[in-house]
Order: sequence, then structure tokens, then C-alpha cells
Amino acid sequence: MSDAVEGAFAARLKAYEGRPAAVAGVGKDRVNAPMIRHWCEAMGDTNPAYTGPDAIAPPTMLQAWTMGGLSGHAGRAEAYDELLGLLDQAGCTSVVATDCEQEYLRPLRPGDEVTFDAVIESVSDRKRTKLGTGYFVTTRMDLRVDGEPVGTHRFRILKYAPARARPGGRRPRPVINRDNAGFWEGVARHRLLIQRCTGCGTLRFPWLPGCNACGCPEWDTVEASGAGTVFSHVVVHHPPFPAFSPPYAVGLIELAEGVRMVGNVIGVPYDKVWIGMPVRLEFARYDDELELPVFRAQDGNGG
Amino acid sequence: MDTPRTPVVIPCAAAVAGTRLPPLRIEITCTLIVAAAIASRDYQDVHHDAELARRKGSPDIFMNILTTNGLVGRYVTDHFGPYAVLRRVAIRLGAPNHPGDTMVLTGTVEEVDGDTVTVRVVGENGIGRHVTGTVTVVLPGTDEGTDTDTITGTGTDTDMGTGTGTGTDTVTGTGLDSANLPVRRPG
Ligand SMILES: [Zn+2]
Repeated sequence: MSDAVEGAFAARLKAYEGRPAAVAGVGKDRVNAPMIRHWCEAMGDTNPAYTGPDAIAPPTMLQAWTMGGLSGHAGRAEAYDELLGLLDQAGCTSVVATDCEQEYLRPLRPGDEVTFDAVIESVSDRKRTKLGTGYFVTTRMDLRVDGEPVGTHRFRILKYAPARARPGGRRPRPVINRDNAGFWEGVARHRLLIQRCTGCGTLRFPWLPGCNACGCPEWDTVEASGAGTVFSHVVVHHPPFPAFSPPYAVGLIELAEGVRMVGNVIGVPYDKVWIGMPVRLEFARYDDELELPVFRAQDGNGG
Repeated sequence: MDTPRTPVVIPCAAAVAGTRLPPLRIEITCTLIVAAAIASRDYQDVHHDAELARRKGSPDIFMNILTTNGLVGRYVTDHFGPYAVLRRVAIRLGAPNHPGDTMVLTGTVEEVDGDTVTVRVVGENGIGRHVTGTVTVVLPGTDEGTDTDTITGTGTDTDMGTGTGTGTDTVTGTGLDSANLPVRRPG
């Protein structure tokens, strides 16, 4: 997003501050002993205040009484749905709750029917987080029983575009030109071709218009046998790119013919790659258009 | 013999700023994450479906915020007893709780104001700080006459051996210092 577009979008988001997130909501179930018991069992909470004829609900269940469950709420306010929809369209399709602040004004007891209203308190500027870039949305809910306040619930979520494993992310396309087209034609036929200078016989990789050894522009090719060893390697942890899931190993492979090339090392955990490890060429298909040479770890001792 | 249960009661006089609560270890299992998500009525797929969680960039399912909130509240009331009344719980989440991890909750009494105690709670897991927060709790005090019952420290063991202990509202004298301590009933 450009700064101007970003600014306009931020202003649209800010306009939702103060608008309702829920209006005249009614809890799907009255406060009841079975739901209290299920909660206590899950939480391992054996507090005797939550059982028996005078039981109260665990105060921290406050939000649970307002949840829509599997079928959701019919009466959610349009403004909140609109805001979330806007963020979805901006690529912020994931959501995670970050903050919860609750005040309990009086205990809830079986039979209480909880009603609630909520307002969008604030929408943050665009934030970069570890999870991805997104916006914090804060809502405040007031809960009542028989019209009397019983508690408040402030809730903050992060709506964000996931930083990694973005579905649909494709590997970058190779730049194919006059000088390297022969290499990619070879890949398409599952042959790894090394250039050979016809002047002095020196092998070269990657493909270049002329020989580094003698300057001769004439060349032919030799097909690599596919055998090689790891000459060096790195493990990529950060930053993440679409279509790549760190951590992964990138090897500098010395082919049996003597030239070196960069490629993914597969068939072995990223932290089990070692210098000198024997590898064998394979062709891996990544999508409809893209096939790449990769190197599969072979059985070998050492490391 | 059927003696009325005397729950642990920590009066506010026993709460001092700087006091550390004993740590609580919680094993984070799939069962805990899923059971607590459902008990809190939260059906978001990231709290029960590992494959969908992975598609959204998470390595596995993770605990929902309502569960963390419930565990933090439980940690404080476990310590102060059933007559402690939760007034406020405010938490912020950090590193997620994934299955196979362990979270250790620790707490420190930050402030004591009359019968109101504020506890700072931290929950650490294997990847970092899962939760930080403050819990405000009102403890059974000694300065309020209303809304309290008095434990009658009669010292007469009226229930002893009679077999009729049920139905009595009287907590018989225990010989503890808590005799004559006004107790706030839960709620
Ligand atoms: Zn040459």
C-alpha cells in the first residue's frame, strides 16, 4: 500500500470507533450449573463456591455467557462485521485475541439471563507484529442481568495478514534470457546441463556468454551425472517469504563434474545437513509452471 | 462422622505486598485446549483443528484467551480460598500455548488496600511468556459487619460423634486463630 492509500484506509478504519459491536445481545443460555461444571472440569477448578445449592458461576466465565457458539449470533451489529470485512479484504484474514480485561460487579448465579451491548472502542494504526502486519481492534462490552450491570469486558484482537505459509504464495519465477535459455530447456527435459567452452574445454556454471578462462564465446554442453556433495550450506530462519517455510537448508552443491550450484537440500532435516554430505540430483515440481533441480541427501556416514 | 467442611480461608490481614504465590504447573495438552475452548463456547478452528491452524501459519492448535483467563482466575482463587471474590482480571497474551508444552503460573502480591488485594500473574511456557496480568480480589476482611457471617468459635464440639452434622450452618470452633473471624460468603 502506498502512504496515501494507507492513510485513506486508516481513516476509514478510524471511522468505526464509537460504533456498536453488539446491540441488545442476549446470552444463548441462561447461567446454568451444567455449563459451570463443564468449565470447572476443563479448567481443573475445584473451588467449592462454584458447586452446591448456593453456587455462583466462576467470574472469569463472563465472556462465555455471551458467546455465539457454533451457530453464531444473529444480532451482531453491522458496524463490527463491516470493520472485520474491510480488514479481510485488506488481507488481514487471520485473527488472534491479545488482551482481555474484565470487571465483575456482582456474581452470576444459575437462572440469570445475561444481556449485553458492545462498542468498538478503538482501531489501531497498522502494526507490524511477529505474526504478521495488521490492526488491533478493541471492543468494550457491558453485561447486565435484569437491566442491572453485572460486569464489563474489554477485548482486544489483532486482525492480521499471516507472515508465513500464506496460501497461494508461489515461488519466484526464474528470469530466462538468451544467455541461460539452454539451461532452462534442459531442466524442462530433466537434464542438468553444464556449459563447456569449446575453446579450452573449461566447464562453467551458472551459464555465461563467454569463458572466464580464455574469453572464447563458443560453447557446447555436458549433462551432469547428478552426483554431488554439499560444499557448503546455510539454514534460512528469517525472513519468511511466501511459498517458503523456514527453517530450510540451502546448499552449495559441488557436482561430480567439478562446478558448483545453489539448490535446496531435501530428504533430510534442515539441521542434519553437513559439509561433504553426498547428494543426488532430482527435479521437483512446485506448481504448474515451475520445476527446479534440487538435491536429495543420500545415505552416508559422518556428520 | 460428618463434620462441616472448613475451607482454607486466608484473611486479608495475611496478604502482604511482595508475597509470592506458590507456582502452578499446567501441562498443555490437546485435551485441555479443546475441552476448555468448547467449555468457553469458542469454536474457532485454530483451537481444535491442527491442520487448519497450520494453514493459518500456526504450528499447531493453541489455547484460547478465555481459557487463559479462567486459569489465571483459578490460580488466584486456589491460593486465597473460596471466600475470596474476584473483582477484576486483566491479561495480555504473548507466546501461544501449544500442545506438549508446560505453562508455569507465578504470582506476586502487588498491593493490599484494605480487603482488596492485587496480584501480578505471569505464565511462562517453553517458548516464552504466554500471559501477563493483574488480578484484583477481595478477601474476607475484619472491618465489615455487613454481608458477613461469624464463625462461632464456641470451642464446643457440638457435632462430634452425634452423627447429625448435616444441615448445620455452624462451623464449630476449630481452635484456630480464625475463630470469631467474620467470613464473607462467596458472593
Ligand atoms: Zn575457454
